[in-house]
Amino acid sequence: MALLEVKNLGISFGGLRAVNEFHLTIEKGCLHGLIGPNGAGKTTVFNLLTGVYKPDEGVILLDGENIVGKKTIDINKAGIARTFQNIRLFKDLSVKDNVKAGLHNHYRYSAVEGIFRLPKYFKMEKAMDERAMELLAVFGLDQEADTLASNLPYGKQRKLEITRALATKPKLLLLDEPAAGMNPNETQELMETIRFVRDEFDMTILLIEHDMKLVSGICENLTVLNFGEALCEGKASDVLNDPEVIKAYLGE
Amino acid sequence: MSFISYLINGISLGSVYAIIALGYTMVYGIAKMLNFAHGDVIMIGAYVVMASVSGAGLPPVAAVLVSIVFCTVLGIVIESVAYRPLLNAASSLAVLITAIGVSYLLQNVALLIFGANTYSFASVVPVSSIVLAGGSLTITGEAIVTIISCVVIMVGLTLFIHKSKAGQAMLAVSEDKGAAQLMGINVNGTIALTFAIGSALAAVAGVLLCSAYPSLTPYTGSMPGIKAFVAAVFGGIGSIPGALIGGVLLGVIEIFGKAYISSQMADAIVFAVLIVILLVKPAGILGKNIQEKV
Amino acid sequence: MRNMKKISKTTKSNLITYGMVIALFLIMQTLVLTGNVSSLLQGLLIPLCAYIILAVSLNLTVGILGELSLGHAGFMCVGAFTSAFFSKCTAEAIPVAGVRYLIALLIGAAMAGLCGILIGIPVLRLKGDYLAIVTLAFGEIIKNVVNILFVGRDANGFHFSTKDSLSLGLEADGEVIINGPQGITGTPKDSTFLIGAILILVTLFIVLNLIHSRSGRAIMAIRDNRIAAESVGINITKYKLMAFSVSAALAGVAGVIYAHNLATLMAQPKNFGYNMSIMILVFVVLGGIGNIRGSVISAIVLTLLPELLRGLSDYRMLIYAVVLIVMMLFNWSPKAIEWREKRSVKLKRRKRKEA
Repeated sequence: MALLEVKNLGISFGGLRAVNEFHLTIEKGCLHGLIGPNGAGKTTVFNLLTGVYKPDEGVILLDGENIVGKKTIDINKAGIARTFQNIRLFKDLSVKDNVKAGLHNHYRYSAVEGIFRLPKYFKMEKAMDERAMELLAVFGLDQEADTLASNLPYGKQRKLEITRALATKPKLLLLDEPAAGMNPNETQELMETIRFVRDEFDMTILLIEHDMKLVSGICENLTVLNFGEALCEGKASDVLNDPEVIKAYLGE
Repeated sequence: MSFISYLINGISLGSVYAIIALGYTMVYGIAKMLNFAHGDVIMIGAYVVMASVSGAGLPPVAAVLVSIVFCTVLGIVIESVAYRPLLNAASSLAVLITAIGVSYLLQNVALLIFGANTYSFASVVPVSSIVLAGGSLTITGEAIVTIISCVVIMVGLTLFIHKSKAGQAMLAVSEDKGAAQLMGINVNGTIALTFAIGSALAAVAGVLLCSAYPSLTPYTGSMPGIKAFVAAVFGGIGSIPGALIGGVLLGVIEIFGKAYISSQMADAIVFAVLIVILLVKPAGILGKNIQEKV
Repeated sequence: MRNMKKISKTTKSNLITYGMVIALFLIMQTLVLTGNVSSLLQGLLIPLCAYIILAVSLNLTVGILGELSLGHAGFMCVGAFTSAFFSKCTAEAIPVAGVRYLIALLIGAAMAGLCGILIGIPVLRLKGDYLAIVTLAFGEIIKNVVNILFVGRDANGFHFSTKDSLSLGLEADGEVIINGPQGITGTPKDSTFLIGAILILVTLFIVLNLIHSRSGRAIMAIRDNRIAAESVGINITKYKLMAFSVSAALAGVAGVIYAHNLATLMAQPKNFGYNMSIMILVFVVLGGIGNIRGSVISAIVLTLLPELLRGLSDYRMLIYAVVLIVMMLFNWSPKAIEWREKRSVKLKRRKRKEA
């Protein structure tokens, strides 16, 4: 069974049909790319998958369970984590605390235990610190653990966002234009990181990207979105040579 | 009959709130700040009229003009000295607290010059009351002048904003300061103009308020200022028709609350209605609810 | 090793804050005992403790949760009146002042906290300035309601009215406990400077430990980016409400201290109105938004400043206002910040040259 199955998804804003009859299937462990021209509705799809918007119709099955209508936080608990096109870090928290915020639901103790510094507080904080540092080390951010998130250079902020998303132990990771604003070297490094995340964490990844080099370099499967509809879906090499897709990108 | 007379009183008080609320709404729309000192400009306006009439012996109409000019200048000075340096501050709280400082400053200047005593403000309205329905319904001259002034100001301001170049600039600045600047609009000048208009209106409101409720102390402007702010929020802050609707609604609720429920609870009722409205329409009656884009 | 260093850094900072409060308390207490403090200043010590607690607790809402509240005095009012009501009713039934005060504290904090939850549930959906105006409205409503509340007690039990004390219909032996605008007279004056100082420490303990815990991190995550916080599974409503109600409960504690220091407790604009809420907000902003130690210091300085300026009589509040404006401009204006940064860089360079 596929990890994620989206069927007949649709949403309108006022009179605008943003996403229409959208289908998507992602197998477990796959690196799947969502591409399409600007304004095609890619981020809207992400917002529908994460419960920011409620679809007008359609189903989203995660591991066979319909998650349509669930709140964002419950969808995260069910196993979808994401990053944002315009980076959304907790800018006045340290790098480590950003990751620890991601660990929120996996290392629990109550506010009372925290205020009165009961044994569980020390135990859990220690475990959280260790896990956070482990994750940061994977992304080479452990040296900056105490830096304020807003003081990180741009490329590292993108990495921190991925680290934070991974901290929530998702089954499916959504990356919204992870390479936006990066130079070719940084993009190259990011590609390796994404591949590493997939292998190391056994992760399924869906990413939106405009950088065709990155897309063709790491994505196994692709879905092309045009005017809110899935133009085609399939193996990356096939999709990129599809005349329909070329037409959508380059125009007639 | 008493119902109608309460209604007229309510509309009249509401008109004053609406005029004050305009100042709040315009400043908020353009500078995104809560100008807590706005209410105190009202008080200063009333003192200037009083001083010009009883001190300098000016005729009432001239005194009102002096007051309007004085408050306009005051508004521009406050904006350029205290608020403009904080326009791009990291926290919007900075300018709020500065406004509170300005409010304290105006109150204490008035306290130093005029003392803490309550002055009885002689009405400057030259219109006499109208008695209708065989004496059972009296409409005071103050109420008539207040309501008419409010309507004139609303119409005038709406025309100014939509028809004049400066008004269009105001709209542009309130939409997007950066873009307005790129289009060659003098942003600082436009903000100063907004404060000038708001403060001039505050002077008018001060005169009307004190003509209807003739007791003047350095703290006179404080509560009406807060209530006018509530009125602006009622109607949807940033919206000029909203200020009118909010102001009148608030005035009517307050007077009816005083008359039919409890005079001590009138303010509580006003605030309770505000809360209910905001819970139903989080951006006020005419406000636009803007959702954050993800 | 890095972890250890980090933990000890926040702990160290917290210890400095506690130490500062204890040291200031000891100094003031010594000065009072040796007769070096004017009676006027002495009378200010207990209210000062209440103000510090108010500032610290408001900073939890404004600085840590990042929401502007202008109704903090309302929660203080709830704490003050509920606890004073309790203490007056049980002045004879519970003769041990310490026990009575402790229960009064719990009641004041619980009632204020409860109000915080009741108000917070509908209101915390609103954003920014709208939240500010609604909290201001709630504060005013609470003050108004207290002013029309009449409660009396006689052999038949409690009587309530919203009109006047006569309509309570008390028997001859009855007494009026809450007398509308005249408030509560005869609350046992149990608050002391020592109790105030201890409660400041308790407040600091609760607030600082909350901030540096899983819940505090969630609260600050919501402050920094609500949408991202939701996306990592943080329950927005729960943590907003937690911060808001803890803040309200602590304001209630301040109210208890305040009420048990007065012969007559009345709800007036200057002690429980929006003016008070604004004064506390001024403490918080000048002390540094989110900076707990700063709130303590600025509450002390700004409470004592007008008193120290008393020699200037009529001009003192004027000077206070000017100082406030100038400090805000100096601290927050981007130009002033740039100037300060340039200067500090220059100074550093000069030092390096000399070395």
